[in-house]
Amino acid sequence: MSRLFRRRRRTEELACQELVELVTDYLEGALAPDLVEAFNDHITGCGNCSEYLRQMRRSVELARGLGEQAALLGPKWSETDPNPMLDELLTEFRARHPR
Amino acid sequence: MTAAHPQGEAELLRRLRGGDEDAFTGLVSGLSPALLRLAMSHVSSRAVAEEVVQDTWLAVISGVDGFEGRSTLHTWIFRILLNRARSTGAREHRTLPFSSAWRDERAPAVPPERFHSRNARGLAGSWAAPPVPWDELPEDSLLGSEVCRCIERAVAELPTQQREVVTARDLLGMDSDEVCALLELSRGNQRVLLHRGRSRVRSVLERHFGGRPT
Repeated sequence: MSRLFRRRRRTEELACQELVELVTDYLEGALAPDLVEAFNDHITGCGNCSEYLRQMRRSVELARGLGEQAALLGPKWSETDPNPMLDELLTEFRARHPR
Repeated sequence: MTAAHPQGEAELLRRLRGGDEDAFTGLVSGLSPALLRLAMSHVSSRAVAEEVVQDTWLAVISGVDGFEGRSTLHTWIFRILLNRARSTGAREHRTLPFSSAWRDERAPAVPPERFHSRNARGLAGSWAAPPVPWDELPEDSLLGSEVCRCIERAVAELPTQQREVVTARDLLGMDSDEVCALLELSRGNQRVLLHRGRSRVRSVLERHFGGRPT
C-alpha cells in the first residue's frame, strides 16, 4: 500500500466532528505523530476547520490578554502606593522576625 | 508565569526565612494579582477574594519555615490560596446559572447538530453549520470591555475543575506541569478539562463576534 494511499485514507477518516475534539491535544503537542499528520492534512483542505483552529487559538490569546489586564488590577498590591494590606502583612512578617 | 529557577528559589527562601522585607514585599507584589484572579474564580466578590489572598499571605508567613520543598514555592503558595478559596466559595454556596450541557464533562466541543449526521452520504461528520468567521473590530481589542465580560462570564459559568484549569493555564499563563502539580491532575485529565473549557469560551466568543447562536 502506497504511503499516499494511507495518508488519504487517514485524512478521510478524520471528520470535522472528530477534528474539533483533537484541537487542544494538537495545540498542546500531545497528539500521536500519525494523528498530527492527519490533522494537518485535514486543516490544509478544510477552510471551516482551519477557521475553527484559528478561533481556538484566538480565544486563548484573548483569555491571556484578559489575565494580563487583570494583573494591573488596582493599586492595592503595589509596592509603591500607600497600601494598608501590605502594611498589615509586613507588620506580621516583622513580628515573626524580630531584629 | 513560570516556576522560579531552583537556585533563585533557594535564595528567595533563605531571604524570607531570614526576615528580608524586600524579598517578602517583592513576592507579595509579584504574586498577589495572580492569586487574586484565582481566588475570584471561586468566591462571590473581589472583596472576599482579597481577604482570601490576605489570609494566604498570613499562612505563608507562619508556614514558610516549615515549607519542605516538595513542590515549588509558587505552587505551595497557590495551593494554600486554592484550598482557602475553595472552602470560602463552598461556604458562600456559590451557585451559578450553568447550562446543563456544559456541566457535563463529556459534552462535545461543538454541538452535534452543527455537523452532518451519519445518514448524510459522503458528508457525515462534516460541518453543517460551520464556524462563523469572526468579525473583530479594532475597538474589540481587549480594552473593549465587552469582550472581557464575555470571557469572564464564560469562564465563571464553567464547571469548577474546568474553571480552575482555564484560569490557571490561559488567564494566568501557567504551564501545564505547574497546573498539574497545583491541581493534582494527570496530564491527560488536565488536557480534557482544558479542552472542554476552551471550547466553551470559543463558542461564547463565536456568538459575540459572529452572531450565530451556539
